[in-house]
Amino acid sequence: MALETIVLAGGAVLILVLGGVVLIYNGLVTARNRIDNAWSQIDVQLKRRYDMIPNLVETVKGYAKHEKTVFENVTKARAAMMGAQTVGEKAKADNMLTSTLKSLFAVAENYPQLRANENFKLLQEEIAGTESKIAYARQFYNDSVLSYNTSIQTVPSNILAGMFGFTAKEYFKTEGAEKENVKVSF
Amino acid sequence: MELYESVNRNKRNSILLIFVMLALVFAVAWALTYVTRLGTFGLILALLLSGAYAWGGYFYSDKIVLKMSNAKPADKKQYPHYVNAIEGLAIAAGIPMPAAYVIEDDAPNAFATGRDPLHASVAVTTGLLKIMDRYELEGVLAHELSHIKNYDIRFATLVVVLVGAIAIMGDFAMRMLFYGGGRRDSKGGGGLLLILGLALIILAPIFAQLVHLAISRKREFLADASSVQLTRDPSGLSSALAKIGKSTLRVKNATDATASLYISNPLPNKFLSLFSTHPKIEERIAALKKIG
Repeated sequence: MALETIVLAGGAVLILVLGGVVLIYNGLVTARNRIDNAWSQIDVQLKRRYDMIPNLVETVKGYAKHEKTVFENVTKARAAMMGAQTVGEKAKADNMLTSTLKSLFAVAENYPQLRANENFKLLQEEIAGTESKIAYARQFYNDSVLSYNTSIQTVPSNILAGMFGFTAKEYFKTEGAEKENVKVSF
Repeated sequence: MELYESVNRNKRNSILLIFVMLALVFAVAWALTYVTRLGTFGLILALLLSGAYAWGGYFYSDKIVLKMSNAKPADKKQYPHYVNAIEGLAIAAGIPMPAAYVIEDDAPNAFATGRDPLHASVAVTTGLLKIMDRYELEGVLAHELSHIKNYDIRFATLVVVLVGAIAIMGDFAMRMLFYGGGRRDSKGGGGLLLILGLALIILAPIFAQLVHLAISRKREFLADASSVQLTRDPSGLSSALAKIGKSTLRVKNATDATASLYISNPLPNKFLSLFSTHPKIEERIAALKKIG
């Protein structure tokens, strides 16, 4: 009698623990996949902007030939973007490219004919749109990293994370003012 | 946790609503075929009809709603800011980009419809695009995307179809009574039709209001709060709401059935504010101020 009860209770506990392990493990995998997905969203947008730059530089050159340093800086930043591999490197290259593009558009302000150019206006809207998408993708990525990193550092999921090699992910840092997450209460 | 709870609740309520829809359409269709003495054939017809209605309601309701509202797909060249903003916010929300629609109407308003984030659409009026700046537009769109992410759209769109069904059936029953009911040989049939028609006509608006109440006002607050989590900017949405609140224009193609979908009540204010489908704009703005 007593033995049977103990065996039954032990079995029940074992099933509960195994169930918990499976749930936590799956949760960690889901969170990690979400980060990969978020990262590819950033990558897509970075690539889009990267592809628009030669066209932009050519258009601006047509009106503002002697602004050599600006073009050089943009081209250099674009090359750095291509070489970047890790999250940190890409974030750094992205920041550099964003600021050089900003100075390119600031220079363009001095050329009324350029500002009136249809192709330039279209490119400017597209690049601005892409940059805001990069910002949103970065927000989604960093939110995903935050929740994943928190779960692999807190009990009990940290035990499983250690056993199965889930390591902390790197944030996509920006030099500009990052939009703060807001506190929401219901 | 809050989000997952509301997703599950919406999925559960949607299933319930589909069953209500099935039962109701079946009952009415069967009653109609009964008074017209179709017998077993009528029963089968009623079953097929209710099945088809529920099936169509689930898979095509968003297209019906968009058609009813006279929404047209938004051209990216014509509305680059709008399409770019939706695309960016969808990335931030981690959902696929919903289809973007535009309604030719000066009243500033917007709604989302669909059955899940993979089959979702957002529609805004040209009036909204005209008066909102980028941040305000993003606030409104993020609110709609939150409805999509929460599966509010599935439940709310099914409600539209159900309320529409009741209205159509009531109308149909009354027509049969007045025009087709001349056949005096169907003894008692006319009386039953009259009761049915009257019941449906009285029931429809009451039922519509009840379901609107079920789309709890908390839903709008939740979507406002989730909107701010996406844009990280409470001032955009609150100034957008203030602008919408100031407008006295009404959306021409909005009906009693579709009213609850909109971000702000698109119809003239009714005297019963208790039955209001939307919380007061001032309350929502005050809630947003607390977040900031």
